[in-house]
Order: sequence, then structure tokens, then C-alpha cells
Amino acid sequence: MSGINWFKYSSPARFYPLAGKLIPYFAALAAVLTVIGLYLGLFVAPTDFKQGEGYRIMFVHVPAAWMSMFIYVVMAIYAGLGLVFNTRLSSLMATALAPTGALFTFLALWTGSLWGKPMWGTWWVWDARLTSELILLFLYIGFMSLKASIDDPRRAARASGLLAIIGVINVPIIYKSVEWWNTLHQGASITFSSGTSMEATMLASLIVMIFAFWMYTIAVVLARVRCEILEAERDTEWVAAELGKSQ
Amino acid sequence: MNWGSASEFFAMGGYAFYVWGSYGVTALFLALEVVFVILRKRTITQRLGRRIRMRIEVNNEAQT
Repeated sequence: MSGINWFKYSSPARFYPLAGKLIPYFAALAAVLTVIGLYLGLFVAPTDFKQGEGYRIMFVHVPAAWMSMFIYVVMAIYAGLGLVFNTRLSSLMATALAPTGALFTFLALWTGSLWGKPMWGTWWVWDARLTSELILLFLYIGFMSLKASIDDPRRAARASGLLAIIGVINVPIIYKSVEWWNTLHQGASITFSSGTSMEATMLASLIVMIFAFWMYTIAVVLARVRCEILEAERDTEWVAAELGKSQ
Repeated sequence: MNWGSASEFFAMGGYAFYVWGSYGVTALFLALEVVFVILRKRTITQRLGRRIRMRIEVNNEAQT
């Protein structure tokens, strides 16, 4: 690791080809892990004694919810780096992360709703966990619209970066909401509400699916940041060389 | 293996709508995201590529 000069890749021109080379590996990892995770989750993991087969929603719900929070933190870190060091790539990375984070937030809410209906008898309740996750979706949307609404890219990065950093307070609130407030949502997924720890193959399926979603995120965000880089650097020599050579 | 038959698998113990609704929408949206990013990359490459070739032509004409 120490042999690589990471600063070398902080320039968009250097990062662009590196990202292009890395995408197939992360995409392949995501595909393989998804197949393993789905096999374990749908065929190997046993029926839950309380929730029957309905609990299998967990294998997409928890990874989506986990990624929705994780991506936000990573996005805020990149936004912060962009604000402090004024590095162009950091702001572009934050921009590239936001749509995927918003998508996972939406999927966490959607699958949660489909899980809540049969288990709680309702699609939605305004409790702490659900409401704070909905606020996360609004934070992502706010970040993207703020960035898009300001023409000057530097000012757009600064304003949206500030919003991303302030909004990061919401992440520990989501995470801790099930402990801090009375909520319908069950506690941390490692133990079910009955208190018994999760069965080994259930836990394995969940962890594999989390890694699958993680690798997917890296692949798709690297692909998106390449788009962002091309648009931000469209008037540079290297983009002319990069796009000129393929014609 | 938990399932006696394929239909038992798809029935998900009576939770079919909720389980497959979750898996289906997740798969659909992740697939759509991939398609959108690929299309966006193609559009940008074509648009910027055209701009660059136009600039080169203008430069060449200016020189001749």
C-alpha cells in the first residue's frame, strides 16, 4: 500500500483512467457476492421462528439501509476534503456518491415499508427511525439540487459541501434512534427483538449482501465520477486527447 | 434447503408480495442506475467528442 503515491491519483486526469481500470473488478465482485448472498439468504438460511419467510426482506433492507448511511458519511468526508483542501476530485466524488446514496435510502424506505406492512400492520409510522431515514433522503435530494442550482462549480461545491457536512449529524441519530426513542422498528439486526442472536447462516447471508452492495456502490460511483470528471474538465488537453483518440 | 418445491419457494410462506416486492424493486432500481450511468457516459463521450473534433477542424481551417 505504501508503495503507491496516493496524491498522484488526486488529480482528475490521473484518476480517470485508474477508475476505468478498477470498475470491472468491483462490478465482478459485486455480481459474485450477490449470487452467493442470494443463494445463502434464499436457500440456506432457515425460516425465522417469529417472522416466517417474511424476514428474508432483511437481506436487501439492511444492506440498503446500511449503505444509505455509510455513503452519506463518505460523501460528507469528500465534501469536507473539497472544502478544506480545495481539491477538485473530492467534490466530484461527493457529487458522484449522492445519487447512489439517495437510491439506497429510497430502497431502505421502500423495503422497510414492505416489511412493516405484514409485521407491524402498517406501511409507515412517523417514528424516530423511519422519520430520520426520510430526512436522510431529503438531505441527499437537497445536496443534489443545491449543487445543480448554482452555476459556478466552485461555489456550488462549497454550498453543497457545507450542507453535506451539517447533515452528517443525522447519521448517528438514525443509527441510535432505535435505542434513544420508543420505536416500532426493531433494534440492531444482529439480534432479533426476541433477544436470541441471529442464526449463523442468516448472519453470513446478511454480511455477504452488505459487501455485495458495497462493491456495487464502488463500481457505479467510479463510473459516475468518470462522467463528472469529463464534464468538469471538458476544456482540458487531456480530455481532448482521451476522447479524440477513440474517434 | 428450505423449499419442497418451486411454487413453495415463490410463495415465500405467504409473504410473496412483500419479499418479491422488496427484491424486485431493489433489483430493478439498481439495474436502472447502471443503465443510466452507462447511457450518461455514452452521451458525454459523444457530445464532447463532437466538440473536440469541431475545434480541431476550426483550427485546421484557420491554419490553411
